[in-house]
Amino acid sequence: MTVSSPNSLLRLTGVRKTFPGVIAVADADLHVTAGEVVALVGENGAGKSTLIKVIAGAHAPDRGTVELAGRDITGLSPSRVAEAGVAVIYQELSQVPGLTVRDNLFLGREPSLLKPLDRAAETRRAREVLARLGCDVDPDTPISRLDLARRQLVEIARALLSDARVLILDEPTAALTPRETERLFAVVDELREQGLGLVFISHRLDEVARLADRIAVMRDGDMLGAWNAADVDRRRLIELMVGRPLEQEFPPREVALGAPLLEVAELGGPGVAPASFAAHAGEVLGLAGLVGAGRTELMRLVFGADRPTSGSVRVDGRRVRPGSPRAGIAAGLALLTEDRKGQGLVLGLSARENFALGNLDRWSRGGWLDHAHEAGAFARHVARLGIKLSGPDQHAGELSGGNQQKLLVARWLERDARVVIVDEPTRGIDVGAKHDIYELINDLAAAGKAVVVISSELPEVLGVCDRILVMHEGRITGEISEPATASQADVMALAVAKADHGS
Amino acid sequence: MALEMMNLVHGLRRRMSGYGMLGVLLLLCVLFSVLTLQEQFATGADAAGELADVMVDDGRRDHPVLIVARDSADEREFLEALDSRLNEAGFTGVRTVAGGPPEFRAACEALPVDGQPFIATLQGNLPSVRAIQGSLPHLEHATIIAPRAYRWPTFLLADNLRNIANQIAVIAIVAVGMTLVIITAGIDLSVGSLIALSAVVCAWLVQALGGQAAGPGALFVAALGAMILSGLAGLFSGAMVVRFRLPPFIATLAMMQVASGAAYIIAKGRPIYDAPEAFTTLGRGVDPMVGLPWAVWLMLVLYGVAHVVMSRTALGRYVYAVGGNPEAARLAGVRTGGVLLFVYALCGVLAGLGGVVMASQLKSGAPTYGLMYELYVIAAVVVGGTSLAGGEGRVLGTLIGAFIIAVIQNGMNLTNVESYTQKVVLGLVILGAVLLDRLRARRG
Repeated sequence: MTVSSPNSLLRLTGVRKTFPGVIAVADADLHVTAGEVVALVGENGAGKSTLIKVIAGAHAPDRGTVELAGRDITGLSPSRVAEAGVAVIYQELSQVPGLTVRDNLFLGREPSLLKPLDRAAETRRAREVLARLGCDVDPDTPISRLDLARRQLVEIARALLSDARVLILDEPTAALTPRETERLFAVVDELREQGLGLVFISHRLDEVARLADRIAVMRDGDMLGAWNAADVDRRRLIELMVGRPLEQEFPPREVALGAPLLEVAELGGPGVAPASFAAHAGEVLGLAGLVGAGRTELMRLVFGADRPTSGSVRVDGRRVRPGSPRAGIAAGLALLTEDRKGQGLVLGLSARENFALGNLDRWSRGGWLDHAHEAGAFARHVARLGIKLSGPDQHAGELSGGNQQKLLVARWLERDARVVIVDEPTRGIDVGAKHDIYELINDLAAAGKAVVVISSELPEVLGVCDRILVMHEGRITGEISEPATASQADVMALAVAKADHGS
Repeated sequence: MALEMMNLVHGLRRRMSGYGMLGVLLLLCVLFSVLTLQEQFATGADAAGELADVMVDDGRRDHPVLIVARDSADEREFLEALDSRLNEAGFTGVRTVAGGPPEFRAACEALPVDGQPFIATLQGNLPSVRAIQGSLPHLEHATIIAPRAYRWPTFLLADNLRNIANQIAVIAIVAVGMTLVIITAGIDLSVGSLIALSAVVCAWLVQALGGQAAGPGALFVAALGAMILSGLAGLFSGAMVVRFRLPPFIATLAMMQVASGAAYIIAKGRPIYDAPEAFTTLGRGVDPMVGLPWAVWLMLVLYGVAHVVMSRTALGRYVYAVGGNPEAARLAGVRTGGVLLFVYALCGVLAGLGGVVMASQLKSGAPTYGLMYELYVIAAVVVGGTSLAGGEGRVLGTLIGAFIIAVIQNGMNLTNVESYTQKVVLGLVILGAVLLDRLRARRG
């Protein structure tokens, strides 16, 4: 355990929070001093979010105390906690898109409901605080026109306006590009210099290593402790988070390429220049590029989620009717979307019902559900893929990211899809569960399917795929045929440069 | 161990939560039972049975008997049932009289002078019969018997319960379709107008197919035609939602106006009365076994079928999926557009059926029918636990919701609450019921 420091800014002592059926946080201690960045890591469901919500006042702890600079702030309402000087920047930003940057900054801080606003003064203060963050945004811009990175800075600026002394960032980089991430880190460094205490939650351990002074690790609701960042390496961290020694990060695989299963010819649509490529049976084909390069759009055209304006898709030599998910599924295509909760799962239905959703037309006789068959098939896949559930009737929304992903894979396995397209397969998924997903991708390829993996994580693309296509601004700019010998720089070069059009 | 228990309780609560409103319904029934507890007297055949037993036990079969009843359907039933029971039991001098006090007096005067007769009647006639006895010396030894008083809630009388079911039948039938629409995260504001349109079209078709002389076939054709038309109207709303992505609120708001206007045009602004007696069979006729109106049976069957469809068929699963996450459903290969068209068309058909039932109950079709019914129907669905956000809800919950509304209305009628006050109370109870459900859900 760490030596507790006497000049702690934020101190949690013995915080415990339970929900019906779950101990979310068990007796956690944590302290943050001024001018320090503490990274909080752990798998999904380890209790990080609950702990943050206890600090923020969104949850009252069952027991334990939260102190800010010696003052007990346990159980205060979120607005009181914010007033006291603790600001939390959640992943989902709480902004009003229609209002300007200035109005969002001062929202809820207007001196009186009826008194006319002093816009000039507000604008001046907004400029000041934005400048402090090196953010070049005009305060009169509507928030909805900003990209996510800038919106995040505005949210941080809002925290600074209220004289926050502790800033908690909940996975701030999850949706940022590498450059935006760098800029955010510069801001965090600056705030550390200014003497704020920062808590930084991230799944990306390289970011944690780059940024944190100390790293606190949670697992299954337990706070394992906090280590000086210099004292723990990546491997050790992962072992702490997962609770077991780590195998190789990317499982090795045997490649046995078969005939082309998926053939795409001159397929184009909104945001996608006509693209041609093929994926073979037994192959894991990577699709790399920056966010917004058109990878997701291209694969949605392939699957039929959107209507293409040109070109054709063939599966196993047979042409697929374009623009129809039903036709795509019937032809053997499967799409696992990046946004599992928004586009993959029906959260209100149970895990079993979600599993069945893509298969009902094949099982049901004359429209009648075959509950026994459904339950049997589901149980088989749960066992085979190691999906962790409290029961088949558990709501899909309650599963962890990794189990949700497995659930969707199970659906398409049952459907016997030939070509499986996975968009950001490990986004928001725990380190430990990532390995399972990689193995699953290998198994799919080994079973003679063609797997297309869209990923923004360069190590992942390089580690998992047999061949990589790189996209930039809606077109395929190049191909890396031997990822094993390629570097991240090789991919980035294709992803940012306007290389010759090739495929 | 403790964790397992918590999980178990948690799961149980979730399973029950869909029908949580059942408790509210039972509570209301208890409340109105207590409030309407009062002296009751048997009537009709029940009263006849009670008196026959008393007289048969007494055994004086050779004494003259006079059965006194007013000339109403219920009292005649009493009179005829008692008459036949006594004749069966071997009473020899049974006479009957049906009418008012003058007829009673004449009949009493005609009784034999020395026979120590029985005079059997119902509680309501006792005062006049006693008065007649007092003025006729030869009846000094006559025995007057009437059903005994007992305490029982008026609310729980079989007739009243049947009445509640009958009152709510139309709303409950339409609410089946509305439940499905709301589960898809939609709404259908046009059902009230479709009830009117369907009732008018049905009555108009009956008129056109022979009026008073229309046969069963013609009635069936008229009802079917009205339902098909309503179904097409629903299908049209659905098409607007699916094809042009109009918000369901707007698409069906427009249909609400169109259908109401069309009903007025077809009916030329007046009710259409021209229908044969058989036309009322659906709305007023009762089955010979339980005595439930056919409309109520129809309602129960519809709920049974809808429950099975929603829980046991792929279609039902798709309705939930489309409401819960249309994009995920589409990417899983569900024909989301088809599902939406189906639920809106079904909602239209059932609104049409509601209109037919209403026309049958009232033996006429008028464009004023179904006014504000969309709100009662939506209230029934929401009180029944279906979320307006879509993706969840249960058909049987809606049935409970409909009964909650009916029980409140009926209970307030029985307790003589003024009709303006009734509206206020009904609104507050709907609010309270849904709030209660929300709080329970949050805690679970």
